Amino acid sequence: MTEQAGPEDVRPTEPGPRAAGHPAEGEAPAAPTRPLPRDAGNWASKVDRLTETRVGSPAANVVGRRLTGPVQGFGKMWRKTYRMDIGPDISPQRAIATWKEHFAEFWPKGNWFEAPLTGISPGEVALLDVGVGGGVRLSTGVFVLYADEVSFTLMTPQGHVFAGWITFSAERGNGGDGHQAPPAPPTVVQAQLLMRANDPLYELALTVGGHRKEDQFWVQTMTALARYLGAPPVEVHSRAVCIDPRRQWSNAGAVWQNSMVRTVLQTMTAPLSAVARRRQRAGQSARSRRS
Amino acid sequence: MHVRQAGGDAAVIDIQGDVTAASEPVLMSAYEQADRQGARRLVLNFRGLEYMNSGGIGMLVTFLIRANRHNQKLAAFGLSDHYREIFELTRLDEAITIYDDEQSALSDAAS
Repeated sequence: MTEQAGPEDVRPTEPGPRAAGHPAEGEAPAAPTRPLPRDAGNWASKVDRLTETRVGSPAANVVGRRLTGPVQGFGKMWRKTYRMDIGPDISPQRAIATWKEHFAEFWPKGNWFEAPLTGISPGEVALLDVGVGGGVRLSTGVFVLYADEVSFTLMTPQGHVFAGWITFSAERGNGGDGHQAPPAPPTVVQAQLLMRANDPLYELALTVGGHRKEDQFWVQTMTALARYLGAPPVEVHSRAVCIDPRRQWSNAGAVWQNSMVRTVLQTMTAPLSAVARRRQRAGQSARSRRS
Repeated sequence: MHVRQAGGDAAVIDIQGDVTAASEPVLMSAYEQADRQGARRLVLNFRGLEYMNSGGIGMLVTFLIRANRHNQKLAAFGLSDHYREIFELTRLDEAITIYDDEQSALSDAAS
């Protein structure tokens, strides 16, 4: 458990719109008035439940859902890290800007990601539809929890495979061996998940091949990013650490919100829904002709 | 980060400056110091927090799990409205009880 996840040496240059706390009038201050935090513009504002104006299965599985962090969820807690060295010529800022801008293009074929219109920025919701094996698809979404110029974090809603977040980051690694003039340090790009399966069904699916499939997914994604950036051929190193081996049985009931099950049901009932909509429209037009 | 005994089996960890994934060795070292002193209740003091990114929140989750596995209670105080909102957004407040000040955190934890 020694891996580092972020671009800690880079700070946002402009403070965001959030204000630090101020005591209410007439109350003794809990703490002295504080300056605006440097990270203020990087975090999403608080939301209780997700909203989405787009339509379709992914949106239906997002609207009204609460966000779930690694503290919630059902299964064992994992920290999964995927890292690659893309050489010294590509800056961390460029790597992350490219990843944000072309996020969907790097996903393996057969998977769909619709970024928000305003791009990947704090507080936005992206929709996704991914193949989970055996012809089964999962339609859901993710919430942009945090973003700065060298990292961004996506958090999952109820019904997603896992409760937790994924942080994509880039930083300058260590360069030189101390004996010669140090070369420019290489840029190291990383995706790190901190997650628990959201319910028992997902926990089972992850155990019987889901983790392996997910590893392949991120390795392919990062390889595609490196290729797009023009980096030399890269090797993506992956590492999984079980942070908490306990399962949270009190959250087992989340299976009712399972978006994979709902997507299957939505797919099966789609023809019936289409017929019902057509009949409804025909009825309406008949009524309007009579009147 | 500084660890101080706060009476009984409680220890306060004073957090200063930036909390990021890179803070993990320092925070875990503070945890080990508190653990060696026999603390059953850990109280994080965030008054000195100046900056936190998503890596920092992830690191706090790891810290929480470590405390839970050792049956230690975790509480926090001194969070500004901004950071309190981040705790709520990430739902970390459901696992770490947040207090307005040190006295409340210690007296409530003791009860």
